[in-house]
Amino acid sequence: MLGAITVLLVYQLVGEVFVQLTGLPVPGPVVGMLLLFITLIARKGVPETLRGTAQQLLSHLSLLFVPAGVGVMLHFGRLGQEWLALAVALVASTVLTIVVTALVMRLLQRR
Amino acid sequence: MKFSEIWVYLSATPLLGLTVTLVAYQLAFWIYTKLKLNPLANPVAISVALLVFLLWITNTPYATYFEGAQFVHFLLGPATVALAVPLYSNIQTLRKNLVPLGGALLAGSLVAALSAVGIGWLLGASRESLLSLAPKSVTTPIAMGIAEKLGGLPSLTAVLVVATGILGAVLARGTLNLLGVQDHAVRGFAVGVAAHGIGTARAFQVSETMGAFAGLAMGLNGLLTAFLFPLLVRLWGG
Repeated sequence: MLGAITVLLVYQLVGEVFVQLTGLPVPGPVVGMLLLFITLIARKGVPETLRGTAQQLLSHLSLLFVPAGVGVMLHFGRLGQEWLALAVALVASTVLTIVVTALVMRLLQRR
Repeated sequence: MKFSEIWVYLSATPLLGLTVTLVAYQLAFWIYTKLKLNPLANPVAISVALLVFLLWITNTPYATYFEGAQFVHFLLGPATVALAVPLYSNIQTLRKNLVPLGGALLAGSLVAALSAVGIGWLLGASRESLLSLAPKSVTTPIAMGIAEKLGGLPSLTAVLVVATGILGAVLARGTLNLLGVQDHAVRGFAVGVAAHGIGTARAFQVSETMGAFAGLAMGLNGLLTAFLFPLLVRLWGG
């Protein structure tokens, strides 16, 4: 558990440093995720402790969005003015995304 | 000591912000379970509503609350890194279906961001809102990181992402039935690209295959959008 958390933090740290050094406009933790993914492919397997810790952390993933979500209270003014544009964009774009993804995948499967 | 004085004392320590976050989430999760995991009773949406109401009636500034809640917020970083593990578990699925999955991912990812930004722009949304809207189909921890890099508002992104997930989970079945798509792999992948973790949770309720493809789509879409979008914005001259 402790070892696995250390591994996750080290990859995150390396990701952050990489982003700072290269100026790449990508979130540091995403680079950390990619590096860990590449490491897992290279060693052809996930250590049991890492798998367990990752599952624990990800099973409560939605809790982790709550503090930032509460920050919506800082944007009530903006939402009051723009809610219609945002709502239409969300609904239309979500349906379009489902349609396009499904159709492209079906098309490519049939080839 | 009056209750209001106790509140003033407690709200100056991180303990209160942290504790109310956990309590609100557990309460919201209990409601979600009672309503048989209905996507409309999303626990993030309910906890956020409860906490905003609590801060509003107690006149507590967000910054004070966040001093405690930041301990939960911090875990987003390691959790994002941990997403590599489920992504790796699905690697055989990815290898076997590389062309259809790659093509569908690229098309879906572009449509998700471009259509949202395009429609928002046509309807007069502000620049910060559009930049916060772009990563709305990506799983929240990655989406917030992207919004921050683009110059959007990460907290607005968090809310838009959760709303997208709920919409996707609710609208997917009808949309895919209208298209006549029956294959669980295709249905799962489409839901995962459009509606990240909330869509994935919904897909797992239907079948293991649908869930696995949705989870794979969520991970890949997060990676692709994180690398593609900041570059696109830069090319446009921001």
